[in-house]
Amino acid sequence: MAKHHITATVNGDEVEYLCETQDTLLDVLRDTLNLTGSKEGCSSGDCGACSITLDGRLVCSCLVLGCEVGGRRIETIEGMATGETLHPLQQKFLEHAALQCGICTPGFLVAARALLEKDSNPTETEVRYWLAGNLCRCTGYDKIIKAVMSAAADMRRA
Amino acid sequence: MRYEAPDSLDGVVALLAEANGDARVLAGGTDLLVQMRADVVDPELIVDIKKIAETRAVVEEAGGFRIGAAVTGAELKENAGLKGVWPGVVEAANLIGSTQVQGRATLGGNLCNGSPAADSVPALIAAGAVASVVGPAGRREIPVEDVMIGPRQLSLARGEIIASFVLPPRPKRSGDAYLRFIPRTEMDIAVAGAGVNLTIDAGGVITAARVSLAAVAAKVLLVPEAARAIIGSRLDPPAQERLAAAARAACRPIDDKRGTVEFRIEVAGVLARRAALIALDRARNR
Repeated sequence: MAKHHITATVNGDEVEYLCETQDTLLDVLRDTLNLTGSKEGCSSGDCGACSITLDGRLVCSCLVLGCEVGGRRIETIEGMATGETLHPLQQKFLEHAALQCGICTPGFLVAARALLEKDSNPTETEVRYWLAGNLCRCTGYDKIIKAVMSAAADMRRA
Repeated sequence: MRYEAPDSLDGVVALLAEANGDARVLAGGTDLLVQMRADVVDPELIVDIKKIAETRAVVEEAGGFRIGAAVTGAELKENAGLKGVWPGVVEAANLIGSTQVQGRATLGGNLCNGSPAADSVPALIAAGAVASVVGPAGRREIPVEDVMIGPRQLSLARGEIIASFVLPPRPKRSGDAYLRFIPRTEMDIAVAGAGVNLTIDAGGVITAARVSLAAVAAKVLLVPEAARAIIGSRLDPPAQERLAAAARAACRPIDDKRGTVEFRIEVAGVLARRAALIALDRARNR
């Protein structure tokens, strides 16, 4: 059958694409829209590397169909920096060396931003639980948590 | 593979009735998409039920709550009214998966996935929730404990879907709680779980109770013997032990890498007791 013709908003821009029913939103973002910042780790919603927000709600884009999101608002890692200016979370991840191989990093950043938009002053425990669905096999998490706490503190002062 | 997203329950029922091959209902997709990716299922038709008002709303109705089958765990958690009255149900729904999964996963999907370890199902059963089911023969109401028959098996007829769940009116001095055991602190599947919902009188005596157990049988169990063990008591230590013993006696678990038969039975008793104590504490404060 014919492909689905979808119009949605990605990082503030209206986009149009064609997809098959079984194409996930992650497939569409990476392969059709060439937004390869969202990573494919597990394809089963366990690793969080494909995290995006859908109408402001944090989800795994591997667990959403591309044909489901007509008219919806999608935010990916590509929309996080403002031009050449990094988001405070991105800056703190660099300063705290909160990444090594970097595959999980876009997912952590998108997930952490979603938390700080909900709660500007989370406890360390709340940050750890919120990010439990983002897996990192390099850092051991401590540097990531410190970077998020530090970014949250800076953003509260700003 | 066809995708349809009708805006009415009649539309869903018609599509499912006309489907030739395998048709699947899509709510949050956190189980369906994984099964499609793993080639466990290959549906001819996917019917998305999220465009239907009833499946996406939480409304206070007849002194209770009607919760749409496609309302997400994250949305339940943000509903202060529901959380205040049914904290056990909301907490159970938010034990499912990660923050990301809670942004998509639904009560309807958790039940219809047909897992004996589904976290929200024992909380709904303890709460006395009723599934409002729509199909070719119209609408019928089924107690949640009667929806699942066994692993991946439901009592729903072909073409029937759950549109919403009804939580009954709440007497004063009532409380509910759900606890599960997992070997980690987050992101795991219950090795055993227990839901308790109870009401006390002004003197602190339990006048009504429902107890359910997860992951210790082929389906999530309602255990009336465990409820009878504490009704009429103040949940003093002997009543707690009667509750734990009745819970253990109801268990028919499997032995697998995640827990032995003996371990699951023992833990089910412990969790039932602890969940009852939390529910009692909540009942005293409401």
